[in-house]
Amino acid sequence: MAKKVGFKSHTGNFMKYRYLLGELVSKNIKLQYRNSVLGVFWTFLQPLLTMIVLAFVFSNLFGRNSAEVVNYPVYLLSGRLLHQFFVQSTKKAMKSIRSNTSIIKKVYVPKYIYPLSGILSNFVTFLISLLVLVGVMVFYNVIGKNPVAVSWQIIFAVVPVIVLFFLSLGVGMILATLDVFFKDVENLYDIFTLLLFYLTPIVYTIDRLGFAEGSWQAMILKLNPMYGIIDMFRAAIIHSTEFMTYFSVNDLIYCSAFALICCAIGFLAFYKKQDKFILHI
Amino acid sequence: MSKYAIEVNHVSMLFHLNKERVDNAKEYVIRFLTRKLSYTEFWALKDVSFKVEKGDRVGIMGFNGAGKSTLLKTIAGVLKPTMGDVKVRGVIAPLLELGAGFDMNYSGAENIYLYGATMGYSKSFIKEKYDEIVEFSELGEFINAPMKSYSSGMKTRLGFSIATAVKPDVLILDEVLSVGDAAFKDKSEQRIMDMMADGVTVLYVSHSTDRVRKLCNKALILTKGQVVAFGESDEICDMYTEMVNSK
Repeated sequence: MAKKVGFKSHTGNFMKYRYLLGELVSKNIKLQYRNSVLGVFWTFLQPLLTMIVLAFVFSNLFGRNSAEVVNYPVYLLSGRLLHQFFVQSTKKAMKSIRSNTSIIKKVYVPKYIYPLSGILSNFVTFLISLLVLVGVMVFYNVIGKNPVAVSWQIIFAVVPVIVLFFLSLGVGMILATLDVFFKDVENLYDIFTLLLFYLTPIVYTIDRLGFAEGSWQAMILKLNPMYGIIDMFRAAIIHSTEFMTYFSVNDLIYCSAFALICCAIGFLAFYKKQDKFILHI
Repeated sequence: MSKYAIEVNHVSMLFHLNKERVDNAKEYVIRFLTRKLSYTEFWALKDVSFKVEKGDRVGIMGFNGAGKSTLLKTIAGVLKPTMGDVKVRGVIAPLLELGAGFDMNYSGAENIYLYGATMGYSKSFIKEKYDEIVEFSELGEFINAPMKSYSSGMKTRLGFSIATAVKPDVLILDEVLSVGDAAFKDKSEQRIMDMMADGVTVLYVSHSTDRVRKLCNKALILTKGQVVAFGESDEICDMYTEMVNSK
């Protein structure tokens, strides 16, 4: 183990263990629903049922359809799916080092494989669950009630999804490192994700809260990178016919920068501390 | 290519022994503020250096707590030494804790791929060896049953079969490794003997001088994290017997 490990040996090591990464990702997905009667259908049912519950609870409060919302269930679901992916993948990554203690203590494995596989497996289930969104949109367009007009610009939805992936990866790596040293992070993060759910416009829109565009309250809410990501996603999904008027380049720049900084901090912290992990788990 | 399979250069390993394990923030802050964040330093290995030539079979002896496991873990790459470095040339197969990479919810067949991947093998390699692994483990039709229904003997048999499916250059063995029933034990020992005959480099942890004399051509004694003696196995075994008697 030489002190300075070159880039070449890092990529070489990754190539050697990329099959392990694939195995772990497929294991996470396979085992998630093994022994359940409905199996993989839970990937669709879970978000669909939550959407129905949330729509039922919040429809009187925020449910009025406007030019911005268009269709409240679709509005809800598009925000909720992204938030759910962020929360579940970062939680999985956070616990990944502790839950693989027995392996890490006995066999040499590049440790970043574990948080990375947690993020990736959740990303796959997230992509599958997007079919629910498609289904709900088709449903409303067929029955003709609050239809969501769709144009080719819907493909721009890929952009916020990529940003979200890197944001989750960065935050996941930071949490994975912290969790090794302080198990409290798990409890704190549970509270934080609850707060994040209400700080992100998932069930509401900012102007429905009574905050004017440009007010300090709105500015603070927009510091949350999930705001911009979900906003961009909705611009592509709900407003694809007039994507450019709803899409904000500032959102893209801010959220991408936020995600990349998180990745930089996460990988650096993980890399610096990984040799100490074994002494603490 | 160097003639050495393993080079251990001035390896030291420091552990911080806390009286209590501080793994939550509250404890940490309180201890930090009251300056009770103290720990005793413990050098599990102190300036350990030795070189193992290719094809050598080295018996590692020492009393409990002498640092044998720590040494093997640094050689296997699990622990990074505080000081010094370790060079290992070739594929290393640690037969220490068989089945550390198993997932109990997976079937035996799925675990062959998972465990193989954890050891760093490629998919094509595992596919190629799959039949051989299943046959050697004697699991038969149980290979498709979930692993949580396996007995501990079945798990170690499968672990052993996977770990030894590869032709390693360096084999790390622990004497206390017990694999299944008497018949399987003979079979697994035969497999290890075959590997030794093929000229694989072996590190063998043992307390029994008889077995070290029989299996190894070199031996090493560790005491309190330091190498006390390293040389021809007969000579070192005599020394170790003396140490045991004088204790």
